[in-house]
Formats: sequence, structure tokens, C-alpha cells
Amino acid sequence: MFAYYLDLALRSLKRNKVLTALMVLALALGIGASMTTLTLLRLLSGNPLPEKSSQLFYVQLDPYPKDHPFSRSDKLPWLLTYVDAMNLLHAHRAPRQAAVAMSRMKLTPTTTQKRPFFSDGVMTTADFFGMFEAPFQYGGGWSAADDETRAKVVVIAEALNNRLFGGANSVGRMLRINDQDFRIIGVLRHWSPQPHFYSLYLGGRNYGDGDAVFVPLTSARAAALDPINEFSYGDGNREVLETAPVIWLGFWAQLPDKSAASAYASFLTAYAQQQVELGRFQRPRSSLSTLMHWLDSQHVVPDNVRMQTGLAFSFLLICIVNTVGLLLAKCLRRSKEIGVRRALGASRPAIFAQFMVEAGLIGIAGGAFGLLFAEFGLWCIRRQPAEYASLAHLNLSMFACTFAVALIASLIAGILPAWRACVITPAPQLKSA
Amino acid sequence: MEIRPILASLRKHRIPALLIVLEIALACAVLCNAVFMIAQCLIGTHAANAIDEAGIAIIHVGGLDDQHAADSIARDLAALRSVPGVQAVAAINALPLSTDAMLNGFTPNPEQDSQINSSQYFISRGGEQALGLQLLQGRFFNAEEYAQGGFTTSHQSSSHVVIVNQADAQRWWPGQSPLGQQLYSSSDKTAWTVIGVVADVLAQDPEFSGPAGRYSSLFFPLHASADLNRYLLRSAPQDRDRVLQQAMQALGKLEPGAVLEPKTYLDMRADYFAGSRNMAWMLAMVCVVMLAVTALGIVGLTSFWVGQRRSQIGIRRAVGATYTHILHYFQTENFLLSTAGVALGVVLAFAINIYLMENYEVSRMPWYYLGAGAVSLWALGQLAVLWPALRAAAVPPVVATRAG
Repeated sequence: MFAYYLDLALRSLKRNKVLTALMVLALALGIGASMTTLTLLRLLSGNPLPEKSSQLFYVQLDPYPKDHPFSRSDKLPWLLTYVDAMNLLHAHRAPRQAAVAMSRMKLTPTTTQKRPFFSDGVMTTADFFGMFEAPFQYGGGWSAADDETRAKVVVIAEALNNRLFGGANSVGRMLRINDQDFRIIGVLRHWSPQPHFYSLYLGGRNYGDGDAVFVPLTSARAAALDPINEFSYGDGNREVLETAPVIWLGFWAQLPDKSAASAYASFLTAYAQQQVELGRFQRPRSSLSTLMHWLDSQHVVPDNVRMQTGLAFSFLLICIVNTVGLLLAKCLRRSKEIGVRRALGASRPAIFAQFMVEAGLIGIAGGAFGLLFAEFGLWCIRRQPAEYASLAHLNLSMFACTFAVALIASLIAGILPAWRACVITPAPQLKSA
Repeated sequence: MEIRPILASLRKHRIPALLIVLEIALACAVLCNAVFMIAQCLIGTHAANAIDEAGIAIIHVGGLDDQHAADSIARDLAALRSVPGVQAVAAINALPLSTDAMLNGFTPNPEQDSQINSSQYFISRGGEQALGLQLLQGRFFNAEEYAQGGFTTSHQSSSHVVIVNQADAQRWWPGQSPLGQQLYSSSDKTAWTVIGVVADVLAQDPEFSGPAGRYSSLFFPLHASADLNRYLLRSAPQDRDRVLQQAMQALGKLEPGAVLEPKTYLDMRADYFAGSRNMAWMLAMVCVVMLAVTALGIVGLTSFWVGQRRSQIGIRRAVGATYTHILHYFQTENFLLSTAGVALGVVLAFAINIYLMENYEVSRMPWYYLGAGAVSLWALGQLAVLWPALRAAAVPPVVATRAG
């Protein structure tokens, strides 16, 4: 039966080539636009560490004075001061913790006569690599003792290792950062979680290539490396960042289960209260959010991308309404044919099925062309200067999703015309013929 | 034109009529909001900026040795000044539309705080010529003020003078002369005296500082120091690229240990707005395609309609309706459908705008966008219906005699 409907549908589509082409094209444009933007949205709002994100928590405290303009918004400051980050770190209330800041680091190649260049650097503490599951190609990270002694050690990324050392095992070699020598102790395998959750508000990129250089926070500061972002909240000496009223560090804790998380949260509450009593804080506020909650609440996905997705789906809706109209026009024009089929014994469900098959065919064709449009759309996005540009690729699930959306859209568009077709009473149609 | 027979006929074809109305409504709603957003993007990208944009080139200098920065900068500026075609050179901390911003709050009243992120520009001697600032009142900094400009421990300017944007002067001292007024830092109440007012210069990162801070810029004098990490080169626009190239060669020899990143100001501006420009293009493309789809939908449905009513049209022609009567009939019908669609669409457009205002940084859409959207969909409907209507009008009266 299905084969027969397929044959009928093909004949009907062939009879009216221009109309068919119009329907397929409109649907394909709608599908192409919505799949392009949906692919981008899914990539950008993805989970950077799917296996571990539920164990990772972001810490916020409130050292701001009550009358600071920022305090009037109900938000908590994004980052921590050095003093608070170190207090939390040394309290050891979580199995793993790390303070993070970003820095533009000047690297001077020693092997060649090339000019120095800037690289994206991370200043952090020992647990960073284990906590965020950064994989090592050679060597390993540094220890908490290295943090304490300000050891001049550095971990570099694969891309930088390829650029400077041709991909060889460079552990033990020296790297010149800001005119000071650091010893390479580890080389990471390609590691670039999307989005770059740990660099939010620190001045790094949110998407795209991974960072190149990782240096112990204390050693980096000893080498006069400055964070990219500093937010000052009060008067006072700003020359020494470690004691200044400035927030500049992100702080992460790994907490294996719910009870550990609630214990840490109450530790934070007690800490904030204690700081109020000491006169360092004015308000005992603190917050502990999971990684995904932190990313969501900070709107990491650019507004533009979300608005474009909304726009593309409105456009798809218009295309569907358009297809409904054209299919309906076609089916009503075939009233006589339907009358004949009904008179010869075709049941209403049979007529309905026939028209749905026709709609489905349009959907599949629309999906195929839509895929081409989506590939074209993503190609256009890859050529944009946005930092997420290189990520825009169609993966297998989105590929399947395209056909599913196209088929569903066309079937929805087909329901009304098919229903109108099957309720046609055969007698008057035969009479007028 | 009699409307009642049209309404009666539409009542018999409720579903196709409703579909046309719905399509026009959706298209109108999306069109109004998309055009409004395009306009917002373009307002941003075309924001005025009272510096010599076409003549300026910048070299970002990174990683100068802090201890010797003052000497290096003086030496570098002297070398840059000798490049043929250079009209002025200076060092500056950041430029309008650069992403590394140095923001602070300022207030004319020490009792108050500021809610606005103002951009702080620190310029070395000659910075006003190198930028091409347009002085409206007062004077620029003198040599002594440049020599004394430095930083306090809380990273504020230690000079006692400031030059402000015209927009700020009007906001802070409406109806008064800004010259000689005191301006205070919102954080530690350091005070500066206003000595000059310049035409509005854009903020350092307007997307971060927000619409209120877009034209809030302050200028402070600074003697050569490591905080001034950009060299400004001003030349005639036709010399600019060559000057930048020669300047890079000269600097490359003088500063072998520094990272040098050259850029013309126009490129810098284009890069900053690349995202907005792409968004505007994408919106415009979707609008065009959407209108085309809508128009084709109207053509398709109306042609079908005409085909279905050939015999009726024939009868009407036979009993005396003229060519024009039939043409106007379909045009009026489309006008009625468009009107219903546009009415629904305007309500929908308004609702979408309210949703966007609540969830994104979108402002209220002025009413004329709705008006323009409505008019363009009316026009689109009339354009789309023309071909099917002409075909209908061409139906000869003799058809009436043939129909069963």
C-alpha cells in the first residue's frame, strides 16, 4: 500500500513541478536557517566537562562595601580577592581546589631569531590539572609545595610545544616568560573545553583555542605577570594586588557528593560571617554554584546567537504555514481525483495516508536541501571573526536532527490538507466532472 | 468597490484565507523586530567618534621592561616622529573601541556615587594632536601638567586636571560652564579640575560599559610610563599604511624584546563592530528570504483560488463586470486579508518586542517600525496578488457558457 501511495505522491509532485519546487525550497530554507543556528546554540551551551561538571563548584563571596554601586544590584561579585582565595585554599575543606587568573604572557623564543609574541596564559594552583582533567602528553603538573616555594615551572599546551619544540618531549627545557626563565615540567595533550568555563570574567576567550601556558600563581606574580582583568571595589593601595581591594581570581572546588557540597556551603557561610566580624566584609554573603549553573546564570552563550536561533525558528514557522497553504491549494484542486478514488472504494484513512506520504516526501526533499543550506550557513559562520567560529560544524546527531525536524515540519504542514482531502464527499465532485 | 460579496466568498474559503492572514501576521511581526534590531546594530557601528579615525595608526607595544619604560618610550617616540609623513605621535593607554578598558566612576558631587562606567584615557605629551581631539572650550594640557602626570597608589591620575567629553560636561553641569569645576573619583574622592571640553570621543569598550557610558570619556596627562603601551601615529590618510610599515621597521630595531602589534584605527573599529555587522547582515538576509517566501505563498494560494473560480469569473464577466472590476475584486480581497494579517502582526510584533526587552538588552521599539512594517506588507501583498489578479481579469466571458 505504501509503495502505491509513494507512486501516487511522486506523480502528483511531478505534475506540478513549479509548485513542488517552491514548497521544497521554502521548507529547505527554513530548515537550513534553523539547523544552522540550533547547531551553534547547542555547541555554545554545551557542557565543557560532561563527566565531571556535577562535582565542580564555583565560589563567590562579597567583599564589596554596602554602598558600592555594584552592591545595589543583587548580584555577587564575580571574582575573589587574593586574600580570600588563599584563605579558602589553605583551609583545605575540599579534596581539590584551585584559584585561577588569566594573563597575557610574553614568550621569547630562545631557539630561533624570532620576535617575542604574546600567548594566552593561565596563572593557577596545583590542583587545576587534576580537577579539570587536563590530559598530559609528557610530564605532569606541579605540586602544592611548588606553589609555596614559587617554583619557576611551567606547563605548556600541545600547540605551543609544536610551535616552539617541533612536538618533541620538551620536559626539562626552559621557556622564557616575561624575560624570566621557567622550566617546562609538563606538556598537555590538546585540551580546550568549550566554553572555557574557568576563564569567565578573567579576560580570556569564552570559546575557541585552548590556553597555551600554565604557570603557578605565586611564581607568575613573582615574575611580575599581571591578570588581564582587575575589578577594584574601594579606595586603598592598588600597587600590590595581593593586598589590594581588588577582585581578580576565579575559585573552583571539587566536591564529590551532595553532603560534601552542603558542608562546603556551610563552611563558606561561616567564613563570610567570620570576615564580617573581622571587619573585612560588610555583608555575610556567599554562593556555591555547580559549573553548569554558573555558566547558565552568567549568560555565556552570546545573546546574538540566541536571538538568531529565535529568528530562524520564527522563519521556519512561516515556511511551514506557507507549505500548509500550498499543499491545501493543491489538494483542493484535486477534489475530483479524490472523489473518483473514494467512489472506487478508497477509505478515508487511505486518502489521509496518501496525502501524508506526499507531505512526507516534500519534507525529506526539504531536509536534504535544508542540510545543504545548513552546511552553507555553518561555512558562513566559520568565516566570521567570532571566537566560536571554528567550532561551527554539523555533527552526526544534528545531521539526523535535520531530517527529523524536516519530516515533522512537513507532516505537521500536511495534516490540515490531508484532513480536508479525506472529508471531501465524493458525490458532488463526480457530478461536476 | 462593494466589500460584502468579497467577505461572503472569503467565508466560504475560511482555511486558505486564515492561512494567508497568519502568514502575513507572522511575517509582519518578525519583519518589524528584525528591522528594528538591524537599525540598533547600525546605530552602534556608525557611532560618531571625534578623533581623526582615518589618519590614525596604532602600534601596541607589549612587554617593555617596566624599569626602563620611560626612557624607551621617549626614545621610541623620537624615532617615530622622524618617519616621513608623520604629523604627530604620542603614547596612550587605550583607544576608543579597544577591548582592554580602563574604567572608573566619576561624579561632580563627592557625596554621590556614579552608576556609569567612564573610560579613562591617559595621554603623553602631544596626545591631543595625535588623536585629533576637537577642543570646544578651555585648553589642552600644558607641558608642566604632562610632566607631572602620574598615578596615585589607588591607580588614579595624580595630575590635578582633566579634560572631559561634551556629553559628560552637559550631564554633570547642565546650564553651567564646566571649566574650573571639580570632578571626583567615585571610589576614593580624588578631585580634578576641568580645564577643557572636547567633542565626544567614544568609550573604550562600549559593549561592556553599556549605553550610558558610550560617550563618557575623560582625558588625563601622563608622563612616559609602562602604562602607556600604545603608540599613536597620525598622518594623512593616504600616507597612513606606509607610515605604519616604516614605523614598524624602526621600532623593530629599537625594541627587539617587545611584542609589537600594528593596526590602523579604521581596522580596529571594523574589528570591534564585526559581530554587529554580521548580525545585521544575517537579519537582513533572513528578512529578504522571508518576504520572498511570503510573497510566493500569496501568489500560490491566490492563483489556486483564481483557477477554482474561473467559471464564476466568467459568469461575472458575461453579466457585465469589466476587466477592471475583476482586477479590483482580487486586489481588494488581498487588501482585506493583508489588513487582518497586519493588525494581528502588529500586536504580535509588540509582544515579541516586550519579550525581547525582558530577556535581552533590547530597547522599546518605536511605533514607526510597526507602521513601516505594516505598510511594507500591504505593498508586498498587492505586488504578489497582481499576477494572479491579472490572470483572473483575463478570463474571457465565454468561459461561462462552457462550464458544466
